[in-house]
Amino acid sequence: MIKRLISGKQFYLAAFIGILLVFFSVFSVVSQEKAPQLSEESQQCLNCHGGAHYTLSDSTSGDEVKLSMYRELRVDPLLLAGSTHGNFKCTDCHSSDYEITPHPVSVKFETNYACIDCHGGDEAYASFKFETIEEEYGKSVHAQMLGEDFSCWSCHNPHYYKLSGDIPIEKRVAVDNEMCLQCHGNQIKFSDLTERELPILIDKHDWLPNQALHFRKVRCIDCHAEQNDSIMVAHLIKPSSQAINDCVKCHSTNSILVTSLYKHEVAQQRNEAGFYNGIIMNQAYMISANRNYFLNLASIIVFGLTLLAIAVHVFFRTRKSTSNASK
Amino acid sequence: MQYASAESPFIRFNIAVSMHNISGILLTVSYLMFVIGNLTTGNGKYYRQRIKGYLAEVLKQARYYSYGMFVGESAPFKINEERKFNPIQKLTYILIMYVAMPFIFITGWALLFPEFIVTRLFQFGGITLTSIFHAMLGFLVSLFLIIHVYFCTIGHTFASNFKSMIDGYHETHN
Repeated sequence: MIKRLISGKQFYLAAFIGILLVFFSVFSVVSQEKAPQLSEESQQCLNCHGGAHYTLSDSTSGDEVKLSMYRELRVDPLLLAGSTHGNFKCTDCHSSDYEITPHPVSVKFETNYACIDCHGGDEAYASFKFETIEEEYGKSVHAQMLGEDFSCWSCHNPHYYKLSGDIPIEKRVAVDNEMCLQCHGNQIKFSDLTERELPILIDKHDWLPNQALHFRKVRCIDCHAEQNDSIMVAHLIKPSSQAINDCVKCHSTNSILVTSLYKHEVAQQRNEAGFYNGIIMNQAYMISANRNYFLNLASIIVFGLTLLAIAVHVFFRTRKSTSNASK
Repeated sequence: MQYASAESPFIRFNIAVSMHNISGILLTVSYLMFVIGNLTTGNGKYYRQRIKGYLAEVLKQARYYSYGMFVGESAPFKINEERKFNPIQKLTYILIMYVAMPFIFITGWALLFPEFIVTRLFQFGGITLTSIFHAMLGFLVSLFLIIHVYFCTIGHTFASNFKSMIDGYHETHN
């Protein structure tokens, strides 16, 4: 006689768990991302520039010395590989004299390319509107006050830059704000560029209720930059005296955040009724930007009917009381 | 807050939000006093209703309000110590105090501590749904307020029900 070791129910439960385990293990293998690729020439440069230390050897005497690679000359290979320009050769942007080691002084005189030098007039990237960005940047407070001391690279790290793509709003806010905070939250970097004292941001934004929440959910540039409808991210950063400080500019049905922080989402989904706040509502919640078209209509109708009913009732009451009075 | 707009600021936005939140907190305290009061004193009996035959009572009162009072009928449900509310009053008061208000308080407090709200419900943001529900109930209660104040004027005289609210006495006129 065959003894039943486990009951029918236990068997099916075990089978179910087994199938789940197989499914998840297969799924996790399949979902691994392809490793980013660096060019061979870049890897040569990264032998020294990719880490905290490098080794210099004297071919005549055979001496070797381990030196520290200054932080500003270091490029993280992983971040470089994941960046938009990661598969470039270093010498695509940097002088070819760098191929000589130790590097000759001629490299100091290399041309430092800005975004527009490659992307200006480029049909392939016309949608990014690099010319408009350059123009807007030129009018910004950084360009006006710091001139040559400031450039694209002051905010965007050329080696690590990559498009943020479809990331959650809070992540996008954090990434964008980091760009501002690398100087505006850093005494040393700030004083490299100006003799002004570094303003304490928390004190400067004292007037903002729920400050920490705002800083997590809105970008600096949503209040401090002038929006331009033809580019995806505003580059015309204005002096702080011109920043938006009217709550209702965002906290209303015609929220300006639709033209800034949520521009990308709006471009993807338009609401014909004109209430664009549907996009905002499902990503984040903002007080008083949550009016829904249909609820609005329904509430007006219901309220109107109520007032009408009261008016009719008052009419009949007045008629009755005047007829009572005349009896 | 619902109607905030850049063009026509009635009250400054941050003041409106603060006033609203503080009022909500005070109202919660007041409501708790009401609930405890109803449980511990005799006032609770006025909020209990037998379901059987209730619809007929409500319709009778509705008929009086919409037609009867204009043709000289007397009020079908007299106010006395056993009956503080007429059937329609009772229905709306129970709905407002024991259904609408609890949900307004729950959603309101949830919005003060949004980290406790579920992030997503189907494709909608959890906080969004909570806030829409909160605003809808608020709208219904505001509607009730207007109707309530109007009905207050349907007393023996225009002001007699208001006087009753303040001094707690109902004057019977036969």
